[in-house]
Amino acid sequence: MNNPMNQSITIKIAALILSLTILGTTSHGEEKEIKKGLKIAFVPKNINNPYNVIETGGSMVACKEMGVEGKVVGPSDPSASSQVSYINTLITQRESAIVLAANDPNALIPYLKRAMDQKIKVVTMDSDTAPEGRSIFVNQATSEGIGRGQVQMLAKEINNQGEIAILSATPNATNQNTWIKFMQEELQKPEYKGMKLVKIAYGNDEDQKSFTETQGLLQAYPNLKGIISPTTVGVAAAARYLSTSPLKGKVALVGLGTPNQMREFVKDGTVKEFALWSPADLGYLAAYAAAQLASGNIEGKEGETFTAGKLGSRTIGKDGVVILGPPTVFTAENIDQFNF
Amino acid sequence: MSENESSTRRLARRLSWEAILGALLLIAISGGGFINKDFLTAENWANLLANFVEIALMALPLSLIVITNEIDLSVASILGLSSCLLGLLWEFKCPMPAAIVICLFAGALCGALNGFLIVRFRLPSLAVTIGTLALFRGFAFILLGDTAVADFPPEYAAFGLGVIAHTFVPAPFAIFIFLAIVFWVVLHHTTIGRSLYSVGGNQTAAFFSGVNIHRLKMLLFICSGTISALAGIIYTFRFSSSRADNGTGFELSAIAAVFLGGVMVQGGKGTITGVVLSLLLIGIINNVLTLADVSNEILRIVTGSLLILSVLLPNLIASTRERWRFMRRQREIAAPV
Repeated sequence: MNNPMNQSITIKIAALILSLTILGTTSHGEEKEIKKGLKIAFVPKNINNPYNVIETGGSMVACKEMGVEGKVVGPSDPSASSQVSYINTLITQRESAIVLAANDPNALIPYLKRAMDQKIKVVTMDSDTAPEGRSIFVNQATSEGIGRGQVQMLAKEINNQGEIAILSATPNATNQNTWIKFMQEELQKPEYKGMKLVKIAYGNDEDQKSFTETQGLLQAYPNLKGIISPTTVGVAAAARYLSTSPLKGKVALVGLGTPNQMREFVKDGTVKEFALWSPADLGYLAAYAAAQLASGNIEGKEGETFTAGKLGSRTIGKDGVVILGPPTVFTAENIDQFNF
Repeated sequence: MSENESSTRRLARRLSWEAILGALLLIAISGGGFINKDFLTAENWANLLANFVEIALMALPLSLIVITNEIDLSVASILGLSSCLLGLLWEFKCPMPAAIVICLFAGALCGALNGFLIVRFRLPSLAVTIGTLALFRGFAFILLGDTAVADFPPEYAAFGLGVIAHTFVPAPFAIFIFLAIVFWVVLHHTTIGRSLYSVGGNQTAAFFSGVNIHRLKMLLFICSGTISALAGIIYTFRFSSSRADNGTGFELSAIAAVFLGGVMVQGGKGTITGVVLSLLLIGIINNVLTLADVSNEILRIVTGSLLILSVLLPNLIASTRERWRFMRRQREIAAPV
């Protein structure tokens, strides 16, 4: 005897299993899929900084690959308050995600929290806010590696002897201050006891200011042997000043710069070597991280893995930090292989 | 008879400048709503109004100062100094209400220094306040150097960020609305207001009609300093960040708003209504263009052009009127024959 009840239950179970399987496969498939119709905005420190242009250029490439509507907006001065008005506007425009390089670790937090309350994902790249202000921070390399690496690079050039100075960007830039902290730690090591950090100057990532700050450093400290400028604007301005000064080749300059800005100074001997990761790749990675967050594939928790196009997969570390990779060192030998 | 006519003519001209601003404002609002569906949301208006609250505050006393044919370029530096002082006091565990009072008092002192130099030594305010612009900013850097204070108590930060319940009006903007009404009453309905116009129109005449010019100017600069310090406090809470470079360049935005508001560069003319309208207009134009993803450089060009227009247009209107009147008079002379 066929019991209609049993039959219907069997059908229901079959349907359930079938739907579960379908659900399972789709949810499995979605793990790598980027949602359709995402809008991601990129807010650099300031828009006319050549480094930021390359970086957000990489982001836009990633957006195109993913079929995401991307745009770059931001202030012309690198200040937190100018970034705030852009963040507010992006909240109003209901972007899916905001990717930014923060001009201040704290001032932006209340506004970023407001964005996150409205389901807008926040990713920082390059320069972080305090962790509660964002889900993921895409870092160039480990901050420790960058900071210590700069000191090691300079020490090699000046034989671990003499007065040195740092030419930074703005006094509140999170990335700069973290690197400087590790530089100072590295300088504590016994092998650097002959080196003395005499001054940290701030060029505010403005060419003119960085140039005059360099001039000021060399006048105030006539025994200066080396300068570290961990910012592309600063290192280029410092190199330009040194290249025309009688101290050219006598005061060592290392830092983080783009090959195109530094080419002539490496070739004329003002600068022996400097380092940088690929800013375009950094922007690219940040775009993927933001899209994956906005698609609901990741939440920014430690240990989660996501794919980032040509860069392959990345795992989220402690405090939501994702690392791009070790920086490239540029010298007279290899600089012509790079064009950015 | 002729006296009467000239004052009505002046009134007409002033009214028409505000009418022009009002019309521009309507165009900007409807245009903004038309271009962008997010423009007319409460949330956007809260941002829009909050964005220029410090500049708006500083523009109020500045209007009165420009009406008396003086200028105060040090306002944004007082803002920065007050912000640093607040941060420093907070770091040294000073209770917040006391710190706020000290900051306002420091602002008043800065204004008094401006006033003293201008009144006592009869120095031009342009030169004095260019000097104090650098001086006060320098003090700010001495106080905090390159560091920042950011750990302000959440209830104060909430005030800086929040809106008045059930409205889109940011809490700090309510202070501006209140002060704007006070300034409007003082300028347009008290003897002080009339003295301000007479000093700006003709200082010697004002002196002989019994206006205490020195005391008036002193008060104006003290008022400007205090309100700039208030703007500094609001700025600090709005961004939870006290830094020496806070508000750099705001003085130019405030002066631009005052000029666009129809306050004459030569003094003697201008209204609070005009200044408030121009502040709103600049704020709305900036907001609409930002929402439309117009780049920051273009924004600057627009604001700059507005400022030039604001100085140019009233002159053009006046000279056109003059020409029309001349032509009409010629026709009248020609007609009876």
